Amino acid sequence: MEIPFTHRQSAHCETGVLSNLLGHYGLNVSEAMVFGIGSGLFFGYLPFIRLNRLPLTAFRVRTGRIMQRAVQRLGVALAREKFRSPARAMAALDRKLGDAVPVGCRTGAYWLSYFPKRYRFHFNMHNLVVFGKRNGSYLISDPVFPEPMRCPHEDLTKARFARGPMPPKGRMYYVREVPGRPDLAGAARQGIREVCRTMLKAPGPFLGAKGIRYLAKNVEAWPRKMEAREAALRLGQVIRMQEEIGTGGGGFRFIYAAFLQEAAGLLNDDRLEGLSDRMTQAGDLWREFALIGSRICKQRAGATETYAALAAILRECADREARLYQDLLERVK
Amino acid sequence: MRESDVPQDEGLNRGLKEIAYALDQKGRYVVVPSLGWEPKNIANDQAWEVIVEDIRTQAHRVRTGERSPLAYHLARNLMTVGLAASYVRLPRWRVKRHLKPAVFSRLKPEMLQRYANLFGLTLAELKQPVLADVGFWDQE
Repeated sequence: MEIPFTHRQSAHCETGVLSNLLGHYGLNVSEAMVFGIGSGLFFGYLPFIRLNRLPLTAFRVRTGRIMQRAVQRLGVALAREKFRSPARAMAALDRKLGDAVPVGCRTGAYWLSYFPKRYRFHFNMHNLVVFGKRNGSYLISDPVFPEPMRCPHEDLTKARFARGPMPPKGRMYYVREVPGRPDLAGAARQGIREVCRTMLKAPGPFLGAKGIRYLAKNVEAWPRKMEAREAALRLGQVIRMQEEIGTGGGGFRFIYAAFLQEAAGLLNDDRLEGLSDRMTQAGDLWREFALIGSRICKQRAGATETYAALAAILRECADREARLYQDLLERVK
Repeated sequence: MRESDVPQDEGLNRGLKEIAYALDQKGRYVVVPSLGWEPKNIANDQAWEVIVEDIRTQAHRVRTGERSPLAYHLARNLMTVGLAASYVRLPRWRVKRHLKPAVFSRLKPEMLQRYANLFGLTLAELKQPVLADVGFWDQE
């Protein structure tokens, strides 16, 4: 059985899945719009949380939050289920497919056999849509792939019950109802407000614009505090978080700029166009950081390309973004 | 980033295009397929280097009889003792003990089967892995 489902490749899995699911029910909201309404943009440098033994840097909010906020603000009724038993979880999935309902699933990427091996990390926050089943294999709209994929029953079961940090526990979700006339402008305004507040006012030194400055301070100290190899690994991890598949480039700054551009039309506010440009420039600056950082990792850096220079770029990012969020907040008050 | 500046530096992607957001000539955002970007490729290669190094180290330890084959399988499957323990439903200390060759060689077939299922191997492959194989991740 196969549900006619339009697969569109996107930059990020959570936003892509929701955008595709809503599109199936005639509610056309772009991926960037979902990202903006769901307040996806974020920054956090959390050295006490380790990923592959290296400090965690986050450019987006915690997994699931974007979807949660976006459906709430759009007034979409999204049913969510989680399971203890793999057999029941797969049976529930099959039943929904039988009712011609495309189903979103959270999975561990390591067990998805259609991923090339080099992408198969133990990462439990990968979202995809199941839209059919043929000869024991599920038909899958995975937003990071250009075309729909297939996944054997056994592998999808393993992926839905991956273990480790943030286990998906068979989580699945599907649309119950979409509103006839959603208040996109209001939802966008709410989304912007929350991002600005988090980035400007989150408590503690680790989050938002303050978090970027905190990272700058750390980056500067790495070459003094540890061996060159360890410092390079930490730097590489930041670059990976910023640019690896799923960010659309520049640690989600470009996808957010795309959202601001769309929001300008929606809210009938030309000044948002200018703010979108500034967000693009912030993204470009982050790219500059990654470019120079990667040269340091590869020991190909020029004389002026040092950890101190990287810290200076980060501080510039923090200053520019802080001003940007202040001005942005003015537009949606 | 301009549409014309979207990098197409093939690396880890091997032709699998991902989506980048960039500005077209009129200054509007569009989605553009990208083959990858050199700085990102460098960071990814670096991450894999660390993993491959670990697999080599563990393979060496298994060969010298310092560790059981389980150590090699863990490295190859990018698993820590804690992660493997949660999959085979054992306390961590027991999985850790199974890293000792003497303990591992005395394991009952049922226990070995749990590990074999986890790694998708036969019992023979579990007990005698081909230790030289570290290029697996780079193939399709």
